[in-house]
Amino acid sequence: MNLSRRTVLLTGGALAAAAVAGCSVTGAPAPVASSPAASGGTLSGTVNILLMKQAGWTESDWAGVITNFTKTNPGITINPTFVAYEALHDKIVAAAAAGTFDIVLMDVIWPPEFAEKKMILDVTDRVPSNWKTDMLGGALQAAEYKGRFVGAPQVPSTKLFFYNKDLMSQAGVAEDSITSWDGVMAAAKAIKDKGLSKHPIAWSWAQAEAVICDFAQLLGAFGGTFTDDSGQLNFNNTAGQQTLQFMVDSLKSGITHPGSPTFLEDDVSKALQSGEVAFGLNWESTFRDLNDTKTSKVAGKMGVSATPTGSSGKRPGVNGAMAYAISSGSKNVDAAWKVIEYVTSREVQDPLAKSSMPNWTASFSDPAVVKINPEVFAACKVAYADSILRPQVVNYNKVSALLQVEIQNALLGNKSVKAALDDAVSQGNAALAG
Amino acid sequence: MTTQTVRTPRRRRSATSQVQTRFAWLLLAPAILTVFGVVLYPLYRTVLVSLFDVRSAVDPAPAFVGVGNYVAMLTSASVWAALGRTLYFTVVSLLIEVTLGLGLALLLNAPMRFRWLFRTAIVIPWALPTIVNAAMWKGIYNAQYGALNALLTQLGVIHDYVPWLADPWRAMNLVIIADAWKTTPLVAFFLLAGLTSIPTELYEAAEVDGLGWWKRFYAITLPMLVPAISIVVVLRTVEAFKVFDIIYAMTRGGPANGTAVISYYTYQTAFSDQNFGIGSAMAMLIVLIIAILCMFYLRLIRKSEMSLL
Repeated sequence: MNLSRRTVLLTGGALAAAAVAGCSVTGAPAPVASSPAASGGTLSGTVNILLMKQAGWTESDWAGVITNFTKTNPGITINPTFVAYEALHDKIVAAAAAGTFDIVLMDVIWPPEFAEKKMILDVTDRVPSNWKTDMLGGALQAAEYKGRFVGAPQVPSTKLFFYNKDLMSQAGVAEDSITSWDGVMAAAKAIKDKGLSKHPIAWSWAQAEAVICDFAQLLGAFGGTFTDDSGQLNFNNTAGQQTLQFMVDSLKSGITHPGSPTFLEDDVSKALQSGEVAFGLNWESTFRDLNDTKTSKVAGKMGVSATPTGSSGKRPGVNGAMAYAISSGSKNVDAAWKVIEYVTSREVQDPLAKSSMPNWTASFSDPAVVKINPEVFAACKVAYADSILRPQVVNYNKVSALLQVEIQNALLGNKSVKAALDDAVSQGNAALAG
Repeated sequence: MTTQTVRTPRRRRSATSQVQTRFAWLLLAPAILTVFGVVLYPLYRTVLVSLFDVRSAVDPAPAFVGVGNYVAMLTSASVWAALGRTLYFTVVSLLIEVTLGLGLALLLNAPMRFRWLFRTAIVIPWALPTIVNAAMWKGIYNAQYGALNALLTQLGVIHDYVPWLADPWRAMNLVIIADAWKTTPLVAFFLLAGLTSIPTELYEAAEVDGLGWWKRFYAITLPMLVPAISIVVVLRTVEAFKVFDIIYAMTRGGPANGTAVISYYTYQTAFSDQNFGIGSAMAMLIVLIIAILCMFYLRLIRKSEMSLL
């Protein structure tokens, strides 16, 4: 056989053609729209689940949950993968075509994108009827799209307000004076003036989803929303401008830590743990970390409340609930749903209330559960009663990225507050249309 | 009979040659398959996807748009802005790395005690994974607990901690420094290899002629190092132009898109926005620019080699 260059090239071409044949442009098989109800019988196999590292249940919490699950379901092996929140969306997208994960953890802002793009299954037929009545509304929002369940609520979540009682006491600031943002600013100024902290407030304003969560929480306090009744972005209105102006002013005055435009939630948590910063917004599990004597200098000195009120008198927390979704490429849907049923149950969620609030309304009035994390339960009871949703749109990530940049442009003085918001809204509405 | 005696050696030669050719292809097969699997096939898929409107990772039948994605990409101000930042990153990185690398190479080539130790120690930054290097520098620049702030405060250079990565232009330059810290040793080693190959007789003759250090450097060292410098410039240009990981780990393109280079923007477009069509078109643009740069540099290298002959 004479293997000439031409022969090799032709063989290579044939191989390429063979590899391409039968594949779609994306290499993905035709997606399945919904998952049929469970087929029954003994379930077995491996369930690969993609989870988040930072907030909520820790990796050791998960290890305990998996061990207990395996005891009653010996045929099913749960294989968890933990990634940082900032990598979670892109990991879900990158793994979708291959169907690497059976269950993915999705943020409340992703159901429209993942459902419209058929990356996750409609599981409405599997959802027990009591979920609608017994679970918190904010938690359910993370699993619903267009009236259908495209996932199962993992946890309800919002950003709470954490404050250093020790620094406040030294500055002569009373705890009941920080229920509004005006009160917080006055308290921060008192702490700064007494030299107790150079920059008393830290925020997570890095170019990431974190800054949108803080902006949303403040936007709600100033009486604004992201969209009008027709679904068009309108946060460049008066409330939006007041919100961004508040952020810019606090940064310029030195009340806000100047590193805030580079901080994520972990940085805010560390700043609070160092005792050099008095106030900060962060997710529920921060209270656990602030009181960890191994890493925190302020253990036992911190207080927590629902977000302070703004000029509107309202105090809605940003809805940061998460949900489990079953990938459309999952080969083990029944086993995956079995896992989801287990990890969303009260029996599993209640004991882990130190890390994450449970989905279930009844947990909030059960003294045995509340005593696990009483301060956070009290704050969340207020915070969950009212919440602000970020836009539930298919192109959310694009809109969010545009707003992140424009908020930073205003914070860094590159643009006026109005110009930054006008640009964000016009570009965002164009992205929604595209 | 006569004909047979003439043909037999030819056939033997031909048979031997065929066996050798077959053996050569056999040896090459793993490399060919690997190149096909990890370079050519992904490249083919990227070209294919760039011609379709792919808005979902699991869309089996996206619409064909021809060069539509390329037109959208080339008319996007964000793409050109990202290319501008990439060009800045590439040029400044190269200037820093080649200048410092040359200085280090000269230092490590000079006779000194424990030279072997210095040569070993300098490899350490290059041996670090980029993600570790990025995490380290992110920590150094941290506005709350960063080592740079602590050092400058203790030296009395600054009185308040500075949020180093909170300004777009400064953040870009500080990321370049972090990148240069890791890659300068590689440049130094390439140039050190070039330095050790320069015949010592040339320096001895120059000394006899009374040439000082600077003149010896310009008349002997620099011209003789041109091939090594050229190779380094080609390698580093390509690497710097497709910089991604250090940006992803340190700034994620911020603040205010100040460090959003073209590779990061491509990734964001493809995976965060799920616009794989335009993302693939942008990836092809990067490939094209790098290919042009490589061809340009290879010509330069050939010219410099010819001039040395």
